Amino acid sequence: MIRTDKHLIACFVFAAAATATGLLVENAYYLQVMIFIGINTLLALSLNMLMGYAGQISLGHAAFYGIGAYTTAILSTTYNISPWLALPAAVFTAMAIAYFVGRPTLRLTGYYLAMGTLGFGIIVNIIFREWRSVTGGASGFVGIPPLEIGSFAFDTDRRYFFLVWGVVLFFFIICRRIIDSRVGRALRAIHDGEHAAAAVGVDTAKMKLKIFVLSAAMASLAGFLYAHQIFFISPGTFSFLASIRIVTMVVIGGMASIWGSLLGASLLTLLPEWLHAFADYEMMIYGLVLMLVMIFLPQGLTRGILDIYENSRKKNDK
Amino acid sequence: MTSNAHLLAIDSISKAFGGVQAIDTVSFALSPESITGLIGPNGAGKTTLFNLVTGIFPPDSGDIRFRGESISGKAVHELVGMGLGRTFQNVELFSSMSVLENVLVGLHTRTSCGIIGSVFRTPRLVKEERRARERALELLDFVGLADLAHQRSSDLPFGWQRLLELARALASKPDLLLLDEPAAGLNMGETDTLGELIESIRKHGITVLLVEHDMALTMKTCDRIVVLDRGKKIAEGPPRTIQSDEAVMAAYLGKPK
Amino acid sequence: MQEFLQYFFSGLTNGAIYGIIALGFSMLYRSTDLINFSHGEFVMIGALSMVTLTMTLKIPVIWAFFIVVFGVGLLGMVFERLAIRTVKRPEPIVLIIITVGASIFLRGAGMLVWGKNAQSMPPFTPHPPLDIAGARLLVQSIWILVIAILIAACLHLFYRRTLTGKAMYACAINKQAAWLVGIPSKMMILLAFGLSTGMGAVAGAIIAPVTMPAYDMGAMLGLKGFCAAMLGGLGSLWGSLLGGFLLGVLEAMGVGFVSSGLKDATAFLLLLLVLYFRPQGIISAASVKRF
Ligand SMILES: Nc1ncnc2c1ncn2[C@@H]1O[C@H](COP(=O)(O)OP(=O)(O)O)[C@@H](O)[C@H]1O
Ligand SMILES: [Mg+2]
Repeated sequence: MIRTDKHLIACFVFAAAATATGLLVENAYYLQVMIFIGINTLLALSLNMLMGYAGQISLGHAAFYGIGAYTTAILSTTYNISPWLALPAAVFTAMAIAYFVGRPTLRLTGYYLAMGTLGFGIIVNIIFREWRSVTGGASGFVGIPPLEIGSFAFDTDRRYFFLVWGVVLFFFIICRRIIDSRVGRALRAIHDGEHAAAAVGVDTAKMKLKIFVLSAAMASLAGFLYAHQIFFISPGTFSFLASIRIVTMVVIGGMASIWGSLLGASLLTLLPEWLHAFADYEMMIYGLVLMLVMIFLPQGLTRGILDIYENSRKKNDK
Repeated sequence: MTSNAHLLAIDSISKAFGGVQAIDTVSFALSPESITGLIGPNGAGKTTLFNLVTGIFPPDSGDIRFRGESISGKAVHELVGMGLGRTFQNVELFSSMSVLENVLVGLHTRTSCGIIGSVFRTPRLVKEERRARERALELLDFVGLADLAHQRSSDLPFGWQRLLELARALASKPDLLLLDEPAAGLNMGETDTLGELIESIRKHGITVLLVEHDMALTMKTCDRIVVLDRGKKIAEGPPRTIQSDEAVMAAYLGKPK
Repeated sequence: MQEFLQYFFSGLTNGAIYGIIALGFSMLYRSTDLINFSHGEFVMIGALSMVTLTMTLKIPVIWAFFIVVFGVGLLGMVFERLAIRTVKRPEPIVLIIITVGASIFLRGAGMLVWGKNAQSMPPFTPHPPLDIAGARLLVQSIWILVIAILIAACLHLFYRRTLTGKAMYACAINKQAAWLVGIPSKMMILLAFGLSTGMGAVAGAIIAPVTMPAYDMGAMLGLKGFCAAMLGGLGSLWGSLLGGFLLGVLEAMGVGFVSSGLKDATAFLLLLLVLYFRPQGIISAASVKRF
């Protein structure tokens, strides 16, 4: 609980910084980049709850991101339903699918779990691509409306910036609270030793399912925010490579680290923007980074850098 | 033999792994608030018996009743909720968590906060969490680790890790506690402390089933002893008779040809 | 009937490929308890370098084939040495992420080296297709089938007859025990990687003439190979091959009689079903452990 209070202070500082950024930055391009950082942070955080804390790998997380985006796109565009009604529908759809897929899938462990989630992700992507009459197929889905409350529309980048980062902040607080609770402890116990966790009374199957559903809900919310920001979605955004990108964010930032999700998402959103020649090397760099981090800094950059810093301080003290 | 006066009744259970008959029609029963020793050479099937009793896998045949109720079909965590606690032969702590958090996980079945509750933190749940922490600290105090509550559990010396595992198992408020070689790797002083702890655990009304190779400890603390050899029960009785039992000697020293 | 036969042939051909890829997964799993998520990428490299060697460098097919298989096997060993052996905590989640990383890396490298366009090369031997009851059977398909069965037979002999094969199996069962009796388990793992990726290269090389290989072909092939291995029982050699044929034929029938959009979904639906209901595989039940 002490940690949660510290975390709250950090959140306030972070909120102040975000607000200042949102107010001061004029450049539309920067605002947009930061909106995507926000969306990616939410995605990374959602996977971190599952993979970092509970230790359950998912190589198909982009499926839930896509389910959120497509559900709201279809409801709010094809059926003219208010996005605010589409939002609960999108989140609920993702949660329901997570529940039914999670029940058999989460019984698997290790390699089988990885393959199972991967297969699920690919099947969902094939559905986005092939169910043309509903999803628009490979060429994508156009004309998604902007979000508005009454006459107030989130139609400028600044407004959307605040919406997205407000949501991110909200989930920073929620996730911290979950992690620091009985549930969070049970999740980390499952991570450290599933048998031992069961042997002290944790219903591991139920816990894993709960966190999977929560994680899907967060990812679908990210999909919702994404769809109403760029008004156009296509299956490529939610492909296998997208799932890997989310995994990379978590791994780089640090598994089981809430702020690490922010770091990982920022790096992976900014890198392609900074390096123009990056596009051709994108895959190689992701791949290399995944391997190097896992070999040399399995705790992720946040923890890894802190460790190096502390070690050097210790040396200096001597 | 299987009357309800017994807390745990094991009724001719068997378990084979491939060709190995790890447990072969074993029966015995534990009366409440007793300390029973389960001994036997390595590979005798002691750990397997623990795994059967705690529901990790079902027996091939036979029945296990806990408080008169068959445990078959019950999940491991359900049995913990019913009052079965255990420690592991190879200490299995939650290594990334602090000492205190390990015990808090042990309190899982005695607390109720869910995801929604953790987010909204109702006064009731805040109180529950505070109580849980107090309780966890009490338990750490009981095993003598209260000062180390905020250390990472994997940083503890091995002997203390065993004690922490004991505190964690006690946290679920078990009626029956299964200890799998709790003194392995402890020095003599630590072993003595452990013996005292086990005695005082029994005074709290908890029944203990103890697997242990340290004969001094076993003979001193146990009321009864069950001896396993190659999956079979070869003797059962008070320590004194077991010490002079020929079959037991043979099992330990190798059968004279 | 003719139509059915046509689909059946194409299913058999693809199935043989899936089978060889599945063999790669299975043999690595048997020897190291590890699943290499970048296996498909080694297939891709095999296929594309086959095209380069035969088309650009004009090396005869038979030589090109051996160079490719040997070279890719070597690459697999380098990968093991650099990225697998160096891991401090070899837990599944770490190894999964590393091999997934390797797969993305190799795919990116493939794109840089060979570009984004699909390549092509002629069949190994220039016979016209055979006509069997009105259905066309490519000569290359026969090559593929023959090579697939040959490979499985060689592996079978390798495990049964050679000391190295037996040693490799012993390592998988118990590294420490193997080490105690003097089997160099590090060596065995290295060798297993070489063999497994080399086998991937075989699959790549023999389908190069019939698939228009491109840098992104590996993911699908790898996954389908894994699916085939799961169908047949991961770790079982003949099971993997049969699983490959089963998957290939089912997929071809799905495409032919249901919808072509379903092609890739078939494999993954099957994969999920197997994972959920029969993780030991549907073909071999008991033979998974033995063989
Ligand atoms: N999960 C298992 N799978 C296969 N064999 C096992 C398993 N657990 C125990 N065994 C075998 O059962 C026998 C008894 O083992 P165990 O119960 O650990 O003995 P003990 O705890 O008395 O030393 C041994 O031969 C052991 O190899
Ligand atoms: Mg034992």
